Amino acid sequence: MIQSLADGILVGAILSLGAIGLTMVMHILRFANFSHAELLSIGAYSALVFDALFSGILPILANKVGPFSMTWALILSMLCAMGVTGLSAMLIDRFVFKRIREKGDELSMVFASFGVAMIIRNVLGLIFGLKSQLYSNDIVFAVMVSSEPMLLIKPDQVFVLLAALLIMLMLHFVLSRTTFGYALRAVAENPSLAEVSGIRLSRVIALVWIIGGGLAAAAGVFYGLNNHINPVIGRDLVLPIFAATIVGGIGSVYGAVLGGFIVGIAASMALLVLPSGYSPAVPFMIILVLLLVRPHGLFGEPQT
Amino acid sequence: MMGLISYLVFFITIASILAIAVLGLNLQWGNAGLFNGGVVAFFGAGAYGTLLLGGDPQSDHIGGFDLIYPLALLGGAVAAGVLAWVAGRLTLHLRHDYFAIATFGVAVTFENVMRNAEGLSGGAKGLRGFTRPLEAWVNNGFTYNMLFLLVVASLLVCTYLFLERLIRSPYGRLLRAIREDEIAACSLGKNPGRIRLTAFITGSCIVGLAGGLYATFYAFVSPQDVLPTLTFQLWAMLIVGGAGNNRGAIFGTFLIWGAWTASGWGLSRLAPVEVQLYTGTMQFILIGLVIVGMLLWRPQGLFPERLVVSQSGRKSK
Repeated sequence: MIQSLADGILVGAILSLGAIGLTMVMHILRFANFSHAELLSIGAYSALVFDALFSGILPILANKVGPFSMTWALILSMLCAMGVTGLSAMLIDRFVFKRIREKGDELSMVFASFGVAMIIRNVLGLIFGLKSQLYSNDIVFAVMVSSEPMLLIKPDQVFVLLAALLIMLMLHFVLSRTTFGYALRAVAENPSLAEVSGIRLSRVIALVWIIGGGLAAAAGVFYGLNNHINPVIGRDLVLPIFAATIVGGIGSVYGAVLGGFIVGIAASMALLVLPSGYSPAVPFMIILVLLLVRPHGLFGEPQT
Repeated sequence: MMGLISYLVFFITIASILAIAVLGLNLQWGNAGLFNGGVVAFFGAGAYGTLLLGGDPQSDHIGGFDLIYPLALLGGAVAAGVLAWVAGRLTLHLRHDYFAIATFGVAVTFENVMRNAEGLSGGAKGLRGFTRPLEAWVNNGFTYNMLFLLVVASLLVCTYLFLERLIRSPYGRLLRAIREDEIAACSLGKNPGRIRLTAFITGSCIVGLAGGLYATFYAFVSPQDVLPTLTFQLWAMLIVGGAGNNRGAIFGTFLIWGAWTASGWGLSRLAPVEVQLYTGTMQFILIGLVIVGMLLWRPQGLFPERLVVSQSGRKSK
């Protein structure tokens, strides 16, 4: 029970990071982006590449950080991966979504995102192989926090949770204290009015992709640390991330954070009663329940 | 030569079955503007429904009611329709992207349940124990496949004629009216929610019919047949052919299925052995590029929808 709660919180932190970017994109560009979860894969794999690169160039970086299985190189790699992923998200928008957007059909965008997801997933599979990989082959044993009730936690999990919370806190300050944050809110509320006030729409959109991609990359690396990295991360996470976004209400960053934790914990708890084979279906059930009870999410506003 | 002909029969049979599914999808997307992100669930409902109703009695799971075949096939289509009714009631009144996500979720959940609920679907090993109708009577594989193709092709023609009539009827005009301007349709006293729901159910029944035929042809269905990638392939066929145009939908199906089969054959013949493991991967990249390319450069498809302007509308211009 407690163990499920702890696992759920950790998964929730990862889903939150993914959902923040998705909710911003869905709100500002008004389309359900089925390729968002693939950004997590891009992040996870580019961190893998940078990690090999950094530990090759500067072996001292390959030392472990404290009790964690991750190395300094991996932390550095994660930051680079966030940049690379943010940039790829922006480029994908520029070359695909922006041009379809200009033709003016929202549902074509949804379909294009299906196509983009399919391309990213399979290109990653082609480059890195279909087998699962790990950042580190060392086995890190879980620490028994308490025996009654049983609670096992790996040091990495604590790190991931704290790092995720730190990133969200930084985002909170960016959104609430900077002119970019105000511009973002203005665009979300009324794009034309924002443009009249001198906000460059294209710049805000590009920044939203960069931030969304960066957060997704962090989520991807954290997911890779706790599970393993394979080309179908995106396929496995697309529905949970959508669920987190819908639970929080489309457009609400804080809702997405809360939604991520709710979905993570609920999915983990559900396995106490359901056979584990059914876990991929749990996020969908959460979506259904929410749409019945509160169709626009916890913090969302009704939209037409 | 005989091998080539029987392969051709096989190819046309599968392509025609898929074309029926794409026609059903075209009613939903091309005419009603509904983004069904989980086509495969309705295809699967038809497939599983048909095999469960028409199969031989089984000991380890329910089903095997041994109904006469047309009833079983109809039952499969109805099963898909019921699934669409439930999903549609829950989600159709919401924003269109919620609908896309929800139907995508339906498909993931459907596959998941079929994989795990062994008592219902036979689980991961799939559903066997189905005798194809009249197979013992025909008693010749090739003749049987020819006959089956004939049945499938005539069902394809029937579906095509039915849909052509439907979209030219007042109901079809209403669908397009709602797609173009929902509020205007409301102002004329129409109920968009209801009309959308009926279009969604009708389209899903047609997709379910295709699923039933597909399962009949193989006399087998397993969770491998209802992966989300099939949704993507069916979508590709519709987008390439031209959404809103039934002839385009059929043409697109044959074109994409042909390209899919040819690329698979080519890669397995010409590519080095170590690359062959990645045949599916490369095929999906190609099909993804086709989709994105079409949406970028020719979003209306190879056969665009012919928009009909009414006579009174033409006069006023």
